[in-house]
Amino acid sequence: MPPPIFKLPPPRPQTNVMLSRVAHSLYWMSRYIERAENIARLLEVNLQFILDFRGYDDVHLREHWGSLLASSGDVALFEKHYESANSQSVTEFFAFDLRNQDSILSCVFTARENARMIRDQISVEMWETINELYLFLKTKNTADVWAAGPYEFFQDIKRNSHLFQGLTDATYSRSEGWEFIQFGKFVERAHKTAQILDVKYHILLPNAGDVGGAVDTAQWQAVLRSGSALEAYRRFYVNEILPWKVAEFLIFSDSFPRSVQFCVTQIDEFLRRILGETGNRPKSAAARASKRMLANLQSLTIDDVLKEGLHEFLVEVGGSLEKIADDVVRTTMFYQAESTQEEQQLQQQQ
Amino acid sequence: MSLLSNPYDVGDFFDEMYATGGEVRPHYKSLVDRLGTLPLPEFDRRRAAIDLAFLRRGVTFTVYNDSEGTERIFPFDLIPRIIPAKEWEVLEKGLIQRITALNLFLHDLYHEQKIIKDKVVPAQQILTAKHFRREFMNFNVPHDIYVHICGTDLIRDRDGNYLVLEDNLRCPSGVSYMLENRAAMRRAFPNLFQSYGVRPVEGYSEVLLKSLLHIAPDRSDKPNVVLLTPGVYNSAYFEHCFLARQMGIPIVEGRDLLVQDMRVYMRTTSGLLPVDVIYRRIDDDFLDPAVFRPDSMLGVPGLVAAYRAGNVALANSIGTGVADDKVIYAFIPKVIKYYLDQEPILQNVATYLASETSDRKFILENMANLVVKSANEAGGYGMLIGPASTKAEVEEFRAMVAANPRNFIAQDPVNLSRSPTWCGDRLEGRHIDLRPYVLCGKKTVVTPGGLTRVALRKGSLVVNSSQGGGSKDTWVLAEDK
Repeated sequence: MPPPIFKLPPPRPQTNVMLSRVAHSLYWMSRYIERAENIARLLEVNLQFILDFRGYDDVHLREHWGSLLASSGDVALFEKHYESANSQSVTEFFAFDLRNQDSILSCVFTARENARMIRDQISVEMWETINELYLFLKTKNTADVWAAGPYEFFQDIKRNSHLFQGLTDATYSRSEGWEFIQFGKFVERAHKTAQILDVKYHILLPNAGDVGGAVDTAQWQAVLRSGSALEAYRRFYVNEILPWKVAEFLIFSDSFPRSVQFCVTQIDEFLRRILGETGNRPKSAAARASKRMLANLQSLTIDDVLKEGLHEFLVEVGGSLEKIADDVVRTTMFYQAESTQEEQQLQQQQ
Repeated sequence: MSLLSNPYDVGDFFDEMYATGGEVRPHYKSLVDRLGTLPLPEFDRRRAAIDLAFLRRGVTFTVYNDSEGTERIFPFDLIPRIIPAKEWEVLEKGLIQRITALNLFLHDLYHEQKIIKDKVVPAQQILTAKHFRREFMNFNVPHDIYVHICGTDLIRDRDGNYLVLEDNLRCPSGVSYMLENRAAMRRAFPNLFQSYGVRPVEGYSEVLLKSLLHIAPDRSDKPNVVLLTPGVYNSAYFEHCFLARQMGIPIVEGRDLLVQDMRVYMRTTSGLLPVDVIYRRIDDDFLDPAVFRPDSMLGVPGLVAAYRAGNVALANSIGTGVADDKVIYAFIPKVIKYYLDQEPILQNVATYLASETSDRKFILENMANLVVKSANEAGGYGMLIGPASTKAEVEEFRAMVAANPRNFIAQDPVNLSRSPTWCGDRLEGRHIDLRPYVLCGKKTVVTPGGLTRVALRKGSLVVNSSQGGGSKDTWVLAEDK
């Protein structure tokens, strides 16, 4: 007897419809994955840095972790839940603590919840990667990470984030959804690069006399590594690592894909596509703001920035980015508050 | 040592694989030959691979009362349930007969109510049914189809007769597990399917989409179909996504939709887009806060008005729950006879109504030997299995039945058939049921297969996933050898 033939359904024309809520979820999914990766990198490099400088005394250590917490704006939250800032407590706080909305686990959980809401929209490969990353994190805790050496752990997180972004590139249609994914990714990346630089600003401030010393060079190297930029920087400048050159590279490089200017160029491009801005003169506030921001980045020099104050400049960059992102979200997304969990669960599924 | 080294005792039950003497039934023979040569470690390896795949793919249901919303996989048993072609032929006819009668019944209930006037079904029972929607009297649904998607629960008694346990006519779920189970089995035993002649179930989503397109209002030659979900926290959210994805239609929440001038639209990034058909997975009560529960955040204000105006179609229609009420269930054999003038092909389980004086007396006196069910619950809740319950539990139900008779029925306990199931270290018999899925569009189609649920706990008769149940792939054979 011949086996029954299993026929695939005929292809249907794909409709180009994107629900606002779906766009919103794509945007946040993408942002949170990028955020998790950046936090992993920041944390890893700083842990590594401490290991490299075992001679650090308690004061230096506190300063070191203090500046990391300060740059992410988490000092108050941290102090509420932990007695002192050391490698273990900071790892716990930034990697696993669900009370910290920006811990790696929180970010991956949020990314996954967003992905789960729109599972029908993203590719199976994208979903499986996020899901596996989440399941992987759920099985780990700070003690495990320290027992096995943190390197592998952070490597896994970064690799999964890259895998996710690569799979998105290889399996997701170039549609409006793609624009939201990219927009979210570059907003987050620009913001995090600014923040990574800002950590160094906090390190610098208390002891201006150390500038140029061995520790300082190592710290600037750490900054570059936090931004995955060390090798790119070396290829570009070849020579020694100079603080203002590092700042210049991370802010103004127009070829390095994590520099602020590179990201803002992408933001401007995807934002104009999302908002349907075709003309030379922007119609929306968001497009005007991003054009202005891009123009600033293209015309300023590192000297201008240092004169104005690096910290002030970076804070302004962060603020503008969030404002632009909020504007885009508001103009494209309009729907009501979510129903409650209880009400959703009440629905009998027979 | 293989899976089948030690056949278990079939006991006083109908066993799907072993006949009474212990010999293997003919339609299981090739499976037994195959499994008999499969070494245990290899079987274990495939089992673990399937579990892992389910977890990775997120084929899960949500367990409530957990802040992170723990998701579990629905336990899957690798030994398939096999149905011979001849048997299925009868089942298919019976299911089509039943759904045809149910749709006629619903039409009549919401129009002339001839069946009440002819005293086949008492008016009192209909009027007191929780899901009877008098608001929809004299409303004409597209093509007179009330139930487009039906999941009928079937069980087998001690002699192997198939009986209808209940009709699910509102939002039957579980079909995604039928499809995912098959996909898992194809990966685990690719060669078995080729040689066995198992009928494919994969056509389900295609037929579902056709049934949905069938009811689209005429105005559009390219209708927009959406699936309306309560949201990501609903236990069946995986299924909603799965089906939407299979059909290539958007999955929407109530807040994604709005009604203007009695037309339904979805909010997209480029504005409002009209919606023609809604496959809703939300209860009637929550569909439209302007008509039903005013506090519902899940629904869409104005949706019912748009439906009444014929501008949007709903599947299933509103008010279908009156026909799957467990009290009304008792009348379905008469309903079939009344509308079709045929004898029912599939029998009911003997049922007693607490609302009828003589039945009530019988129920109250014999409660310890009966299964008592609340009329409108699902998921194995609100149910008493007399023979397996303590005195206190029986007393509790006795009081509930006496206080609110309309809400309860009782049935003779049926010793569900058993199927060989892997229980940690060997095969044992475990009780199973079967939920085939029936779709009503231009044609009525029964997908050859269904969801076989299995009560994994020894001796248990409750197959629901919330109560320790698992599932199996269901093979309908194309031809009997």
